[in-house]
Amino acid sequence: MAKTIVQEFTKGLWEEIPPFRLVLGLCPVLAVTKTVANGVGMGVAATFVLVCSNVLVSMLRNIIPSQVRVPCFIIIIATFVVVVELVMQAFTYPLFLQLGIFIPLIVVNCVILGRAEAFASKNPPVASIADGFGIGVGFTIALGALAGIREAFGAGTISVPFSDTVIQLFGPSFEPFTFMVEAPGAFVCLGLMLAVMNMVGK
Amino acid sequence: MGDYILLAVGAILVNNILLIQYLGNCPFLGTSKSMDNATGMAMAVVFVLALAGIVTWIFEAVFLKPLGLEYIRTIVFIVVIAALVQFVEIFMKKSMPALYAGLGIFLPLITTNCAVMGVCLINIKEEYNFLEMLVSSLAYPAGFGLALILFAGLRERITIGRVPGPLQDVAIALVTAGFMSLSFLGFKGMI
Repeated sequence: MAKTIVQEFTKGLWEEIPPFRLVLGLCPVLAVTKTVANGVGMGVAATFVLVCSNVLVSMLRNIIPSQVRVPCFIIIIATFVVVVELVMQAFTYPLFLQLGIFIPLIVVNCVILGRAEAFASKNPPVASIADGFGIGVGFTIALGALAGIREAFGAGTISVPFSDTVIQLFGPSFEPFTFMVEAPGAFVCLGLMLAVMNMVGK
Repeated sequence: MGDYILLAVGAILVNNILLIQYLGNCPFLGTSKSMDNATGMAMAVVFVLALAGIVTWIFEAVFLKPLGLEYIRTIVFIVVIAALVQFVEIFMKKSMPALYAGLGIFLPLITTNCAVMGVCLINIKEEYNFLEMLVSSLAYPAGFGLALILFAGLRERITIGRVPGPLQDVAIALVTAGFMSLSFLGFKGMI
């Protein structure tokens, strides 16, 4: 483990970017990427939970007995999810309504539990912050990219995250390709993105 | 009566939890490589979700709502589900070894299956009464099983075929799931 903090951070952006390299946490990826604003909002919420839970898990790694570690991790994660839920309800209410049950479902996002188990429970806090932040940013980029493609084709717009601005991409005669914003479009689009990543990766 | 049938059909086909509501996709891709695994996972989900739906609904009605503690619902539900899964595992090991041999390895995975938590949350969000909750807790996992087993069948065929390099494995599986989802979208007009 001779990796530097920077390396721990940057691996989340390409080498281990979820959900492409680590095929985990697909539900929010598919469900909230109808618009860029929702996708990025979800990514930021997940990043916050990921960084906080990584820090706490890493600090408590020598105290938590390994037999009961998974329930302990889940309770730590759930606590931060409740924090995010309440903060979003207070400050970004429209986004909170849009994301709906997918905010409490961050608890069962396997990316977060996966990082707690695979990284934070074995590494010191600073490296765990870098890891959590890197994976979180990678996750946000992935959500933003998928949402960008889906929204651009499906609705002909790009919504700017954390504001009410919506940019129209095409002229008035644009016919939206609604397949992309429906459920099947999410699967097909993610599958094709994964294929492109594989092609570039090789 | 008609309402309950409508709710059941809606939960199985029209709002299929995997393909339309996008919940539980990790096990959907993870366990669909072979028919045996898919069947095991589907049965484990039906079993656990029926129990989890009832228990979380009772928790909500008895503790969270009267005490005004709805804001910690997330923590309570996940702990209840995790404890329930652990309990089911111990109970099954002791008294139903045959069933345990079939479902055992899938049980720990269910704690982090968002389909289970998702349906429990849907039950609360839609303010279902006890009977409606029971129907939804049985019908949603039935839809999960249906989609998972159909998909496993397709995936077994795909592995035999010649898939272009970059599309192999998960990528082609996702595209296939997309087309399955498209066909399930066709049920939309039913209700």
